[in-house]
Order: sequence, then structure tokens, then C-alpha cells
Amino acid sequence: MVSPEQHRHVEGVGVTTLEARTAHVRERANWMRRRLLAMIVDAGQGHPGGDLSAADIVASLYFDILRIDPADPSAPKRDRFVMSKGHCTGALYTALAGAGFFPEAELDTYLKPLSRLNGHPNRTYLPGVETNTGPLGHGFPVAVGIAVAGQIDKAEYRVFVLTGDGELQEGSIWEAAMFAGHRGLGNLTVIVDRNRLQQGASTEDTNQLEPLADKWRAFGWEVVEIDGHDPAILLAAFDDAAAPRTRPRCIIANTIKGKGVSFMENQAGWHHGVPNAEQYATALAELTR
Amino acid sequence: MSAALAPAGLFDCRDAYVRAVQELAEADPRIVAVVNDSVGSSKLGAFRDRFPERLINVGIAEQNMVGVGAGLANGGKIPFVSGAGCFLTARAMEQIKVDCAYSQANVKLCGISSGVAYGELGATHHSIEDVAWLRAIDTLTVIVPADPWQTAEAIKAAAAHDGPVYIKVSRMPVPELVRSDATFAIGKAETLREGADIAIIANGTLVHHALAAAQVLAGEGIAACVINMPTVSPIDKAALAAAAATGAIVTAEEGLSRGGLGGAVAEYCAQHNPVRMRMIGFPGFAPTGSAKWLMEHFGLSAAGIAGAARELLGMKAG
Repeated sequence: MVSPEQHRHVEGVGVTTLEARTAHVRERANWMRRRLLAMIVDAGQGHPGGDLSAADIVASLYFDILRIDPADPSAPKRDRFVMSKGHCTGALYTALAGAGFFPEAELDTYLKPLSRLNGHPNRTYLPGVETNTGPLGHGFPVAVGIAVAGQIDKAEYRVFVLTGDGELQEGSIWEAAMFAGHRGLGNLTVIVDRNRLQQGASTEDTNQLEPLADKWRAFGWEVVEIDGHDPAILLAAFDDAAAPRTRPRCIIANTIKGKGVSFMENQAGWHHGVPNAEQYATALAELTR
Repeated sequence: MSAALAPAGLFDCRDAYVRAVQELAEADPRIVAVVNDSVGSSKLGAFRDRFPERLINVGIAEQNMVGVGAGLANGGKIPFVSGAGCFLTARAMEQIKVDCAYSQANVKLCGISSGVAYGELGATHHSIEDVAWLRAIDTLTVIVPADPWQTAEAIKAAAAHDGPVYIKVSRMPVPELVRSDATFAIGKAETLREGADIAIIANGTLVHHALAAAQVLAGEGIAACVINMPTVSPIDKAALAAAAATGAIVTAEEGLSRGGLGGAVAEYCAQHNPVRMRMIGFPGFAPTGSAKWLMEHFGLSAAGIAGAARELLGMKAG
């Protein structure tokens, strides 16, 4: 098991200050963005909008916060991360590969026949995946169940779960939110990727989520609203999530769908979608600036 | 081998289920129970008193109940997720498919009071589709025990099995069957009575009716073998081959025959040993009536099974 301090020294970066940690996460998130776009272009399909909005959140967790060991992916004491918005495999797979759960070269098999990198994550194929997701509203209740197990065992592991914002329209989310509040699951943190777009339109025009923070508070959660693209702010929020708590914590991460690629930003049309050669060149240029 | 009906009374299999779960829990701290406000109907009151921290009541929320069960399995627990069969299976079907089966989570799903046990409460509360639905889900083991002993054995076998299991736990009064060979293994049928003229394949609450039907048929010179098939998925193909060798099969189950045990037997036979069949089960949504009345009305009885056997053998009812 890698301790938090050891973990922050992986890859010989020797990061200890928040500034250095932030720079490391920023570099990793940028790499994830470039790598996942390459995968999507190569595969000819994918969900770039949500991958890009989640990249900084996922990078902060996998490259700094999570106490995980790729050499022992089912260690009972590991921190858990559940990707409830299971379609964002570009973000998840690049993070898992970058963290050492499988070889980076395997990212080139994304969506190809018999690849372990399915369009939605499968734990029976791939180490590091906690539960299979894809249909929305599934990962979050499973994360609540993991947190209940940790609560019963007085275990030290923490459970992080990332949901989409459109996903919050699923009823199962609120069944689980109510129960997590009732149980006072202080070991549980949900991050809402609040990019305000679902696949066809804005969340507010489709089925209004606001006042979203009030909803979580009413279900017994502590709520913070932050910039979901600033690693310094994300790391500070996740560090704080590690403090002993008696209530579950909701981090509403305000994000931009398609973040980092100008022509994808805030465009519902890039929920799915594959850049053509010219667009891909533009995207890479923007991400390597 | 032969089996006769124990004369001493009838039993509610839920009692055997709770005894087995509690016994397992005494020996293994990983065993927990997850319920949807169904402590009473699942008879888990004593379990809650004995292991207050290991009884997780999510309230009336079946999707969350199954998702939480999968999460508990991820956290190293062996959860027995128990609720009325109708709600557990229908409401939480996608959680059963994705969180349990597709994810290979070590969750034990117990469909309590399934079949038509709720009688007059109607088709909303009947769980006659469960076996047909769940049998279609890859990697999910589906068990329909016939009596208290087999219910307890199925619970213990499920706990020892690494993977998701559904167990249909009846509240309909059934006798304890008498066995010469009391062993239980997932995926293994048991032949309760030998006979070369026709095979009756039953499970759950229909097994004792099948034995009674075979007794009646014997008096008419028909030798019926009776096979108890508790595991519907994966099904015991060797037992099906032996049954098909008689040339005629009647299936009997407290559920829809299409897609259920009858469907499973027919799928095998059509491809490997084509044989004449009749299926005893419910044709669809049941009308108003007590459980007992519904069973008799739709021929889920010794008389119904014997009648189907005679019809199949081209004989007139005696």
C-alpha cells in the first residue's frame, strides 16, 4: 500500500508543496486530454465532451489523492474511485494507464475487438475498475455501499465517486443520496461534474437541477462548490475531504464540457463526436500550447 | 433412490432461510443482510437483534438496495440482499444485471415470498416472471429450492460460491422431502423417484406435487420419474438428457412456464434430445384469488401434473 506521502513522490517528481502538486496534476491532466483525443480519433467514436470536463478532477484523484497501488489493485484498504458517469472512459482509462494499472500502449486498443478497453468500464477485464458502469445512476449507489462497508469495519479507506450532472436526473441517485445522508457516511465524497450540458441540451432546459447544492444539503450532505478545472482548488477540496467527518461530502465541480479544446467547449454536440483531421490538429495545438 | 412425503406438517421456507443466514453470520463476519424495509417479511428480526450493525435497511428503495449490496461486496462483505421477489427482481433488474452479474459482484439475492404467495394482492405482488427474467442474465446463478432443507443448503452453497446468486425463497407451506441422498450442489438436479415412462421435472413448491402425481400415475401403471431441478441456471444437462430418454417430459413450477424452468428444459431438449413436453405453470397475470386457489385453478397441483402426463402419453384420465 502506498501512503499519501509516498504516493506524491511517484515518478520521482518529489512533489510536496501544493504548488508542485498542482503543477504535476496539471501536466498529467493535459497529457490525459491529448491521449484520450488520440484514442477517440483512432477508434472513430467516444465521448470527448465529458472526458474533457472530467479530466482535471480525475487527474487530481489518480495522480495525487488516491491511496492506491497498481501492483495490488484489490487491496482491501485501498481508496476507491467509482466512475459513475461510465461513458467517460477516455478520462478513466488514461488515468488508470498513467497510474500504472496497465501499459500505456494498451490505450491504442480502445474500443477495438476484444480490447479490455470497452466503451464502458468493466472490472472483470481491467484492474483498477471498481464496478461496471454505463447506465447512469449505477456507480453512485455502489459507492454508497462501499462506504457502508467501510463504516461497519471502521476502515480508513475513502470512497470517491464522480457523477455527471445530467446523471442526477436518475432516481437511483437520490435513493442513495438519502441513504448516505441517513447513515452519515463521512468516508464518502461525491464529485458532480457540473458542466451543465447533457447529451442533447442544457440540464436546466431539460430537467432543472438547480438549486442543486440545496438539494444535496437537504439530503444531509456537506456541500462545497468549486472550480472543477483548477487543480490547486481540487486538491485542497480533496485534502479537506480526508478530514474525519460525520456527514458525506458533495463537491459540485463547476466545469466546462469539452474543456481545453476551444471548438468543443460548451457545445452539447461534442457529447459524442470525433474530430476530423483538421480539428484534431487544432485541438492538439491548443493542448500543447 | 426414492422419496416419500414426510407426514409431519408443512413448513415456511423463510424460516430455513433466516436460520441458515444467521448460522452463516455467526461463523463469518463478512455475512451481512440488506433489506428494503422488509425486516418483518424477510423474518430478519432476530438477525437484527443479534447483529445490529450487519442488518442494513435501505428503506423502500430496491435499486439502491441492490447497488448498495454490490458496494458491500466490493468492501469485502457477503451481502444477502433480501426483499419481496416481485420488487427485488422487477424494480432492480438493471442493478442485478450490471452491478451484480456483469460486474461479478459477490451478491446473494433472495426473492422472498415469490411466486403467487401474495395471492389476492394480485399480479403486482406476484413474482412469477423472476426465473424467466433472471435466467437470461449471463453468469447469474438461479436457484429455486423445494423445501426447508434445500433452502438452507442453497443459502449455504450461495455463500460459499464466489459470484452472484438469486434464490427464490417461498412462503408457501411445503413438506420436508425425505431423501436417501441428502447432498446439495449448485447446478445438480436430484432424482427423487425413478421411472422410465415419463419424466416430471419440477422445482420449488411444485416438487411435492410432482411426487404426489407420480404416486397417482403409478397406480395407473405409469412409471414416472421425478426430478427436482433447483438450479435453473446453470441447468443440469446430464439430468435433462436422462429425462429426455423417457420420451416425454412434464415440467412444473410456481411461475411462468414460458422462459422459466419449462423454457429452460425446452431449449435444451429442442436442440439435443427432441421430446414431447407439457409445461405446468402460470399462463400470465393471475386473476384475483388466494394463492391456494390460484395454484389449483391453473393446475399447479398433483392432479394438474398427472393430467398433463396422461395427455402426453396419449392416455385417458382414469
